[in-house]
Amino acid sequence: MDIHLSATEASPIERAAVDAALGPRDTRPPPRDRLLPALWAVQSRVGHIGEGALSYICERLDVPPAEAYSVASFYALFSLDPSAGQPLVAHVCDDIACRAAGAEQICARLETALGPPGTPTSDGRATWRRASCLGQCDRAPAALVMAAGSQPIERALAPVDPPALQTALRDGALSPATDAETATLPRIGGASLRLLRRVGRIDPTSLDDYRAHGGYEALRRAVRLGPDGVIREVVDAKLVGRGGAAFPTGRKWEAVAHAAARPHYLVCNADESEPGMFKDRVLMEHDPFAIIEAMTIAGYATGCEQGYVYVRGEYPLAFSRLRNAVAQAQAKGLLGDDVLGRGFRFDIEPRRGAGAYVCGEETALFSSIEGYRGEPRNRPPFPTQSGLFGRPTAVNNVETLVNVLEILREGGPAFAAIGTRDSTGTKLFCVSGRVDRPGVYEVPFGTTLRALLDLAGGLPAGRTLRAVLLGGAAGSVIPPEQVDMPLTFEAARARGVALGSGAVIVFDDTVDLRRILLRVAAFFRDESCGQCVPCRIGTVRQEELLERLVSGRPHSSVRDELALLADIGRAMRDASICGLGQTASTAVESAVRELKLFADGGDT
Amino acid sequence: MSVGPAAAPTGLVELTIDGQTVQVPEGSALLQACRARGVATPTVCYAENLTPVNVCRVCVVEVEGSRALVPACSRPVERGMVVHTDSERVRHSRRMVLELLASATDLSLAPEVEEHLRRYGGRPERFGPAAPPTPGADHRHTQAGHHRPTDGSTAATVTQPTLIDNELYVRDYSRCVLCYKCVEACGVDAQNTFAIAVAGRGFEARISTEFGLPLPDSACVYCGNCIGVCPTGALMFRSEHEMRRNGTWDETRQQRTDTICPYCGVGCTLTLHVQDGRIVKVSSPPEHDVAGGHLCIKGRFGWEFVQVLEDPAPASDR
Ligand SMILES: Cc1cc2nc3c(=O)[nH]c(=O)nc-3n(C[C@H](O)[C@H](O)[C@H](O)COP(=O)(O)O)c2cc1C
Ligand code: SF4
Ligand code: SF4
Ligand code: SF4
Ligand code: FES
Ligand code: FES
Repeated sequence: MDIHLSATEASPIERAAVDAALGPRDTRPPPRDRLLPALWAVQSRVGHIGEGALSYICERLDVPPAEAYSVASFYALFSLDPSAGQPLVAHVCDDIACRAAGAEQICARLETALGPPGTPTSDGRATWRRASCLGQCDRAPAALVMAAGSQPIERALAPVDPPALQTALRDGALSPATDAETATLPRIGGASLRLLRRVGRIDPTSLDDYRAHGGYEALRRAVRLGPDGVIREVVDAKLVGRGGAAFPTGRKWEAVAHAAARPHYLVCNADESEPGMFKDRVLMEHDPFAIIEAMTIAGYATGCEQGYVYVRGEYPLAFSRLRNAVAQAQAKGLLGDDVLGRGFRFDIEPRRGAGAYVCGEETALFSSIEGYRGEPRNRPPFPTQSGLFGRPTAVNNVETLVNVLEILREGGPAFAAIGTRDSTGTKLFCVSGRVDRPGVYEVPFGTTLRALLDLAGGLPAGRTLRAVLLGGAAGSVIPPEQVDMPLTFEAARARGVALGSGAVIVFDDTVDLRRILLRVAAFFRDESCGQCVPCRIGTVRQEELLERLVSGRPHSSVRDELALLADIGRAMRDASICGLGQTASTAVESAVRELKLFADGGDT
Repeated sequence: MSVGPAAAPTGLVELTIDGQTVQVPEGSALLQACRARGVATPTVCYAENLTPVNVCRVCVVEVEGSRALVPACSRPVERGMVVHTDSERVRHSRRMVLELLASATDLSLAPEVEEHLRRYGGRPERFGPAAPPTPGADHRHTQAGHHRPTDGSTAATVTQPTLIDNELYVRDYSRCVLCYKCVEACGVDAQNTFAIAVAGRGFEARISTEFGLPLPDSACVYCGNCIGVCPTGALMFRSEHEMRRNGTWDETRQQRTDTICPYCGVGCTLTLHVQDGRIVKVSSPPEHDVAGGHLCIKGRFGWEFVQVLEDPAPASDR
């Protein structure tokens, strides 16, 4: 392509960063899907992506600058404005669980000390911004600090210690103490742990330790069963996806295994950006080899030679643990041209997102990996026919895949005996908000919501339950009188709600639910990819309307406003391209319906 | 390409639209089937000469068995499909989509969209008065994942200053419905120049060059194909822009004449829009098989030079 490059030159440091990511020059440019890694290389080296650096990336990849810019500007963790691209940025979460844990006070404190979000510190080396849920809700309030440099530091601070954060911002540097890694392990409930069996009990950086705890037995069993045998076990187990859509995994794998077009691809969806979700992070941080082994089994069963695991950009520790696990598995012949010496080829490339909830939507995820904007695609065609790079693709959630290890350990029918008839196995729930012991809890399907809340220690003493947000921002509000509902797909469906991926955010009577709904509405407005009209503009109108209801300044009457809210919600649900727009009104509408929040122009 | 028996002959697919059966060639989109049945279907982002992007969602129809509505412009027909194009559900979404567009965008030069809005009874004023332009807001994208707080009293719009940075055309993105047509025309569907793309995200997404650079600093070669496909007047010949500003633009006084572009041997059809003896704009019929509606700088803007040579007082008042 004859591309037109900017007159601005990249600095030697920027060039070196890009070259390190793209490798030495060859006769042909690297493929387009190297774009996101190249953008990351510059962002984490200098803290922003300037004209010169972008131009150099474009030259190396033969991508037009307008396109590279359109991709870079899609992601919240990239800064394209040199004047706003300080080397150290603290992303301070003000989302649902952190809000219930005092995030607003932290933001107010930072605002007083440093100025509004985005203001550079006096030496221009640091700044702070507000952020959506960082996936650390069990340790709320949370922040993510990213310091660019030759040795970039990226670390979750959870819970945030405001004076320490302020010092870090003032000094433009973080102390090397690694609190996120040593912070309390997730609280784990339930009698017999399966998916979490190794979490906190093994060294997550050691393949040997993983093997000493039964690691790679499932893969050996899989190879004995053969690809069809593996799929049969998964079908018999009645495993359905844990990423939110509850699609039968066995059927998905069959479709990919039998697809004529080649190659096939496997994608592990580790984007986990739903507010209130952190279970996949816990698995990746504490049992990364399990994910590598499960992906290898899935690749073997579906005839894939290449797998990708796409990790949300806000999970630096999970990403580095996975990268380490992949490297160790490669070194030991557990990934590569001849896995286990059994003559099949499978390899994994970890990829890193850059701050976009919508990239968890499977087709947006493909576009993101391919080096395009994370815009969802219309279906059909379905990913099993035409997914990543236009090839048949099996995409599965982290937790779904880890379940496959259990299925191979005990066999499909034994797995199916756990839980209920239509929701088999155990489920990881992320309990956060106003409970005594927030954390990841593994329970068999069919456990009631009340029992789960009890496992988490119940509400703080003297407080009463106001509501539970089940399924995160895209989920539904469950009123206190319904907490005896069993947690199964079928029971949720019968109530017209969805389990989603398993977020359980708990509110007591101290929480202003109307502010929570406003935060949800703002989240969808920020995270809409902007492609389709119902979601791009509908999410804006929804937020504006809620602002009017909450502030008690409706345009006409509250009743008319509620009717308009329902009109907007219905169009977003019916006419949006993807699940983001289709569920952007679910929480708001369920709160209005179940809690009659604005019935008399106000509540609480 | 797969080697094997010759491609199966394209058969006909039978489906039901609003209770009537219709047969269309395999591979057609529902929109073609609707048109074959004479069902008027509104579209904004669809164009015959561009790959469907199915983003505006104004063409949605109800297909039995499908949870959400589906875009007629891009959904391929399937045997036995039962389609409703005028159910209450369809009318609701079409109306809302048009209302939302009208509440955020200046559609005053998009008569077709305004006509759809009337047809579906849209009342964009339901969302409240349009917000005044934000001081300091420009065409560049804002940091993804962040937006200015709102108090809800007014409805946010995409209003921004008009970009006049070259002699040939202006960009008034306050009129932009983000239909992606210009991006497609500049890219793989016609021009292969990739001077513009969608930057930013969500409601803050904008058509932009890299870093919002002025067009003369970008890859733009002024083929004007983006102007040719823009359905809302967001992209406009500078001559038309200035005549409108001076109140001299008058389509009732304009004649259209088709001619063959004289500049090279390709033979593109040009439609000359002539007002008071002067060429004020050039377009190209999309159904024309040589150019498919797309031209190059010479065909699109060459007349400027013709006129400048003939007439010492240029059309614009620069
Ligand atoms: C806006 C949006 C965000 C999503 N985010 C995730 C995610 O972070 N992780 C995930 O596994 N699935 C996510 N999904 C669901 C995926 O599209 C897909 O259904 C899932 O990855 C399939 O895996 P499973 O069958 O194992 O559940 C999301 C869907 C939507 C619409
Ligand atoms: S529904 Fe929203 S996120 Fe999904 S494609 Fe449409 S604009 Fe993008
Ligand atoms: S005039 Fe041509 S090259 Fe320039 S932006 Fe429009 S389509 Fe692209
Ligand atoms: S400028 Fe015109 S063609 Fe381009 S996206 Fe906007 S409305 Fe569509
Ligand atoms: S980390 Fe703050 S809400 Fe999840
Ligand atoms: S015309 Fe079909 S979605 Fe725009």
